[in-house]
Amino acid sequence: MNYEVIVELKPEVLDTQGRAIKEALQRLGHHDLKSVKVTKRFVLEIDGKEADAEKLVKKLAEEHLANSVAETFQTKRL
Amino acid sequence: MTSKFGATRIGLVQFPGSNCDADCIDAFKRLFQIDLKLIWHEETSLPSALSGLILPGGFSYGDYLRSGALASISPVMQVVKAFAAKGGSVLGVCNGFQILTESHLLPGALLKNDSRKFICEYAHLAVAPGESLYHRKLKDRTYKVPIAHGEGRYYVGAEGLKKLQANGQILFQYGDEAGVLSADTNPNGAVAHIAGIVSANGRVMGMMPHPERASSEFLGSADGTSILEAFLETVG
Repeated sequence: MNYEVIVELKPEVLDTQGRAIKEALQRLGHHDLKSVKVTKRFVLEIDGKEADAEKLVKKLAEEHLANSVAETFQTKRL
Repeated sequence: MTSKFGATRIGLVQFPGSNCDADCIDAFKRLFQIDLKLIWHEETSLPSALSGLILPGGFSYGDYLRSGALASISPVMQVVKAFAAKGGSVLGVCNGFQILTESHLLPGALLKNDSRKFICEYAHLAVAPGESLYHRKLKDRTYKVPIAHGEGRYYVGAEGLKKLQANGQILFQYGDEAGVLSADTNPNGAVAHIAGIVSANGRVMGMMPHPERASSEFLGSADGTSILEAFLETVG
């Protein structure tokens, strides 16, 4: 089973990469571009029962893949 | 010259990618006649009778995932956590600070500098109010110590910041030579200008600036000496 984990900075935390990309694209003349958010995508391949796999993905995302101080995450079965 | 700390046993943890370990070895030898005991990241026990531990700067595990994240789950960090839980003194510098926050030995996180640049320059550190051994030893002056990081922007949420302030856990703040904080004296955009903090028990200290690189006037500043000495005093 494959699962996707998307990790992103909380809205109140400055996304320096997103800001840099947005500013560079705006300089090209794309003035309708309002913001860019950079996220991380992890794809995890898990063995075992589906219910256990889901729990494991949540645990790994919560404890390791995201840092709950500054980031949030979403998980999805692929 | 002999030092009153000469018999103190201090360990230095080395991760793949640590690069300030040699600076620490030199500084403790030269300033305090202490031979640091080197501990590889795969170790599952510590050398006997250690009084304190240092996590040096660098780019442990290539900064993969997040700075300090993979080091925080390395075998050696499990014994470092147990050492700290028993009241042991731990000093984390730069990447060492990032490892301490990722290990939850200190609150908060270190994020990319708001300028998006790697910064390598001198910073002037003011000592925030607090009652820890570090605060008592270091208060009433400023310290000229270099920073060298791309991900040094200290972040903690509003609740976490209130807690740090209420407990007197903020140790160093980026200021000017007189210790005055302003918008111009926050090189990386850290919350409340935070450059270094201590744990609730005052024994675990993390800081982004490098005191071991400010241990000789010949190299531009010896102000880090007092900071390293304060660490040695916390080990008793």
